Amino acid sequence: MKIKREPMKRISKNSNFIAGAVLTGLILLFIIIGCIHTPYDPEAMDGAGRFAGISWRHPMGCDNFGRDILSRVMTGAGTTLGVAFATVAIGAFFGVIWGAFAGYYGGLLDEIFMRAADAMLAFPSILLALMIIGLFGPGKYNVILALGIAFVPSFARIVRSEFIRCKNMDYVRSARLMGAGNLRIMFVHILPNAFPVILSSVLIGFNNAVLAEAGMNYLGIGVMPPDASLGRMLSEAQTYIFSAPGYAIFPGIVLILMILGFSLLGEGVRDN
Amino acid sequence: MRGKTILKKTVSTIITLLVVSFLVFLSFSVIPGDPAVSQLGTNATPERVEALREEMGLNRPFFLRFGEWLLSFAGGDMGISYSYKIPVKEMILDKLPITFTMTVMAFILVVIISVPVGIYAAKHQGGRTDRAVITINQVFMAVPPFFAGILITVLFGVVLKLFTPGGYVSYTKNFWGFVGYLFFPALAIALPKAAMTVKLLRSSLLEQAELDYTRTAYSRGNTTRDVLYRHVLQNAMIPVITFLGMALADIFTGSIIIEQVFNIPGLGRILLTSISNRDYPVVMAIIVCLAFAVIVINLLVDVIYRFADPRIRNED
Repeated sequence: MKIKREPMKRISKNSNFIAGAVLTGLILLFIIIGCIHTPYDPEAMDGAGRFAGISWRHPMGCDNFGRDILSRVMTGAGTTLGVAFATVAIGAFFGVIWGAFAGYYGGLLDEIFMRAADAMLAFPSILLALMIIGLFGPGKYNVILALGIAFVPSFARIVRSEFIRCKNMDYVRSARLMGAGNLRIMFVHILPNAFPVILSSVLIGFNNAVLAEAGMNYLGIGVMPPDASLGRMLSEAQTYIFSAPGYAIFPGIVLILMILGFSLLGEGVRDN
Repeated sequence: MRGKTILKKTVSTIITLLVVSFLVFLSFSVIPGDPAVSQLGTNATPERVEALREEMGLNRPFFLRFGEWLLSFAGGDMGISYSYKIPVKEMILDKLPITFTMTVMAFILVVIISVPVGIYAAKHQGGRTDRAVITINQVFMAVPPFFAGILITVLFGVVLKLFTPGGYVSYTKNFWGFVGYLFFPALAIALPKAAMTVKLLRSSLLEQAELDYTRTAYSRGNTTRDVLYRHVLQNAMIPVITFLGMALADIFTGSIIIEQVFNIPGLGRILLTSISNRDYPVVMAIIVCLAFAVIVINLLVDVIYRFADPRIRNED
């Protein structure tokens, strides 16, 4: 076994970042175009065009209602990304506050906050989300809320350890000597220094959020029809997998590319 | 000393279990909507609702109800399903073998796929196969399990005709047919997890191979094979064990979605039906049971990890 240091570590890791950035950029472009213009109305049904094959007019074919799949994938990807974005925003926002207080103040507060986080982390996120859906009922905003809450403790943990690492550093002490209050020290001085770590976990969280959102929609408890979402399209497509394989394949591929893009980007940022 | 650590871990696990069941009970107590009303329908007279509330024990103090619920839960009585009017315990015990078998099969698949591939990739580091493995891995990791399930249905069910999609066989009728049907769903859950495990094992092996003890082992005249299997692999497996523990919990809950893809009437199916029927005793019981399973798995992983890593073992 000739094992040596990984060749060209730096470049190979940057290539993760570059590939991720390009992929994410393309997907974002695809979604932004979808927000401004789709070739057809994603909800317009056309009885004559049921399961129309791939053609110039319908590059991804049509679904069981004769709706243009490309248009639906464009808006559906937007929905998926939007839900993932909102989820991560909720998770990161409350996670940062939670983790900042626990890490900065320590002691009993930390103990209580972290035991609560442990109990929440004991729930796999999909189960916690399902429980919240069980409580509030299905729907797009409930999915955002459910996944957002499920993501809070993992962000809180990461932020807490960053705050513990930073809170006794010289710049914090000097800020305190200059009369900065606790809140100012926490959110003006320490938080920007914790930013790289938070960024990489936000990107990885994005990846998980897209996966979880698609899963929830696949189960039919997220976005309600006729709105398009990638997960729901996949579950609708499953029934027609024999007659219209494109109906499942295209949304699936876009979903994979989206997750792939974010995970490569996340790895690229983490390794830099 | 070791026994003491395990005891301490067990105690903290029990505390987590209590906190979790408390949170679940609390959540289901504060939901908008009166369970008595939802059971009787909105047309029920206030007297009947009040009578049922009394009968269901909803008028008593919260902590008393929590204590009673917890005790009867621990004793195996999980209440009666609102919609099916049968004990929740029977419903769960009936479905548990299905989800459990699938989880175990998926876990075994993860291990038997990822360990050889990970070792092979690390051994031929930088080669063509290694690069192919890295690329394939990255893609597999991005495939949502339910989409993998759909692709597997198309490939193995429709094109190769190795199984009948939707043709679930009950374990009471034909056990091997049952296991055979569960193979493909298990594969769908296992593939993304296996990809992650390969990645972790490969980098862990390469990291260990850089260390001094590996060089020493070589300098003592050991062959590559000996160094790899007697020294490096053992140490490289330590982070992998932790990951596999988390993966086991993920697989268990991931089966909720995969059951839908392959039309398997397991725990996930009743969880979803109960959520849409607002059948709270069933939802609560399944969530608590799954969370308990995950917490216990985590405890076991922690214990195994301590035995596997002498540095931690001796620290205690």
